[in-house]
Amino acid sequence: MADDVLRLEKVRKSYNIGRPTETEILHGIDLTLGRGEFAALIGPSGSGKSTLLNIMGLLDRPTSGRLFVEGQDTSALGDRLLTRLRGRSIGFVFQHHLLITAFTALENVMMPMLVERGFPDAKMKKRALDLLTGLGLGQWQHNLANALSGGQQQRVAVARALAMEPALVLADEPTGNLDTKSAEGVFEMMREVNRKSGTSFLIVTHSLEIARGCDRIIELVDGQLVQAGAAPAAA
Amino acid sequence: MNRWVPFEWIAALRFLREGRLQTLFIISGVSVGIAVIVFMSALLTGLQANLTKRVLSAQAHITLQPRDEIARPLRLGGKDVEMAIVQMPLQRVRSIDQWQGLVRVLQDDPAIVAVSPVAAGSALAVRGDATRAVSIVGIEPDSYFHIVRLPDNIVAGTVRLSSQDIVIGTELARYLGIGVGDRLTLTSGARTSGALTVTAIFDLGSRPVNERYVYIPLRTAQSLLDLIGGVTSIELTIADVYAAETVARRLQPMTGAAAYSWIATNAQFFSAVQAQSLSSAVIRLFVALSVALGIASVLVVSVIQRSKDIGILRAMGTSRGQTLRIFLIQGALIGLVGAVVGSLLGAGGLLFFHDHVRQADGSELIPLVFERSLFVAAALLATLTGVLAAMAPALRASRLDPVVAIRG
Ligand SMILES: Nc1ncnc2c1ncn2[C@@H]1O[C@H](COP(=O)(O)OP(=O)(O)OP(=O)(O)O)[C@@H](O)[C@H]1O
Ligand SMILES: [Mg+2]
Repeated sequence: MADDVLRLEKVRKSYNIGRPTETEILHGIDLTLGRGEFAALIGPSGSGKSTLLNIMGLLDRPTSGRLFVEGQDTSALGDRLLTRLRGRSIGFVFQHHLLITAFTALENVMMPMLVERGFPDAKMKKRALDLLTGLGLGQWQHNLANALSGGQQQRVAVARALAMEPALVLADEPTGNLDTKSAEGVFEMMREVNRKSGTSFLIVTHSLEIARGCDRIIELVDGQLVQAGAAPAAA
Repeated sequence: MNRWVPFEWIAALRFLREGRLQTLFIISGVSVGIAVIVFMSALLTGLQANLTKRVLSAQAHITLQPRDEIARPLRLGGKDVEMAIVQMPLQRVRSIDQWQGLVRVLQDDPAIVAVSPVAAGSALAVRGDATRAVSIVGIEPDSYFHIVRLPDNIVAGTVRLSSQDIVIGTELARYLGIGVGDRLTLTSGARTSGALTVTAIFDLGSRPVNERYVYIPLRTAQSLLDLIGGVTSIELTIADVYAAETVARRLQPMTGAAAYSWIATNAQFFSAVQAQSLSSAVIRLFVALSVALGIASVLVVSVIQRSKDIGILRAMGTSRGQTLRIFLIQGALIGLVGAVVGSLLGAGGLLFFHDHVRQADGSELIPLVFERSLFVAAALLATLTGVLAAMAPALRASRLDPVVAIRG
């Protein structure tokens, strides 16, 4: 199924393996994300949403089970190849620490391309600028990251997540730290990118409002997915 | 961002720049350490060069002399010793056997720069009623001036040594109350020279030398010392002053003569110099160590402060190797910039010291020696120290779990 961006098969995750405190957080997740999907991942605090997202984003490895990214089995890949695949296929937006403060907004957006290619070039800069202006952020390009408001930073972070034209953007509570108005702005922006470029999004959120704005809602409770098709529980 | 600068360097520079005070302080710390090292090294080099120059100004690097005459115990029938206690025989003024051939062999030796035969002995200098014991040194000026740079140390007159000429030291001139153009005679045993004209007066920087040594042509000395055709020593200048002892040991069996290096003759001076070098090396080592620890501790803190940045960078595809290099480069840059600033500080300190700390008579205590190699070595060493010091923090950064870093 080449049109799957991401596929999880019986993914389990335990912490503190081999110690008395060993606990299984994810109890066998089967999940497929199609190309162009715009999905919300919801669930109570501590249910394992971030853990699942980190595994999907190749930042963490499942204890067992398999994970395919754009059809490629990742279980046998070493750290180097995982890192490269992560850089190319997946963009991240986090709740805290949105941008790297030592760089300007424009440079932050260039960063994933710079990391991949090693040297800065004019094409990178142009792409970053196009992204920023395309998202209406052009006027902040030369601002150092911490000279921007939280909402502005998070929008720049979305632009950065798109720099490598990833198949999938994973966002862990991207609006969790923002006021309602800024949160709406960031969400609308992601929606529009998805509509225009077909990039898949998986957004972890506690906001029912945001979840309802997505095409699909995935609910995680105690490390298990609630049956697809079931109505989302009220938060 | 310059397109010739790789990602790791860009990140390293930005992190240092954003660190501001932290960066400023650690670079200042490194600078002070490097300044101390540079200052001490240059001071010591200058001081030792000065001392060595002074010691070597009136002395050959190696002197070849006839072996001491040895009295053998008297034996009966070849086995039993008749008289076990023997007295050293009186050492006569003796010539080196076959010295002309030896000189030729020595001239071809690659380690040797200059060779000069000398006929030396003691005599009395007489001027009117004044008499003074002197050491006469009979020389061939052309070759001898490559051994002892007499012409560079003349305070009056010009060095000229035809058969009736003599060059004396400042102290002797004062004792005898004579100057350039005046005459004196030398008496040795039964022989007396004709009247010798003082053509120049030298100051070799050592009172005993200025007081006792007189230089006359080799032939004049030979006849005065009853040593026609002979020489009492062969003096050598070699390429590496500090290899003198090794070269001397090699020459001894080769020439059949006794070879004395300036190092052996000045053993006390030399062990003092070595002790000085050793203690300064130990001090420099510990300064370098504290510089390294300073860099390491600042970078360890920086890794902790930047763990979120590192997590984000790792999430967007930065490899462990790249992360490692970002911090190694920071160490190298701190070391290098510290070395440059420190070298300037050290050189400034040296200039100040040179201008304000003087000998009692106002002359310079140390010569200013700015060897480029010292600064290059300081820069290289500091950079290397920076990289090594950054090793542990950089490894820590590269092994940071991005999940943990981002969650924090
Ligand atoms: N490194 C770890 N070691 C041990 N336990 C961990 C670790 N990381 C997470 N956990 C545990 O796993 C469980 C799931 O955590 P996770 O962060 O995935 O929850 P979440 O659904 O994202 O919650 P929230 O909505 O509060 O962000 C929690 O009980 C947490 O304590
Ligand atoms: Mg979470």
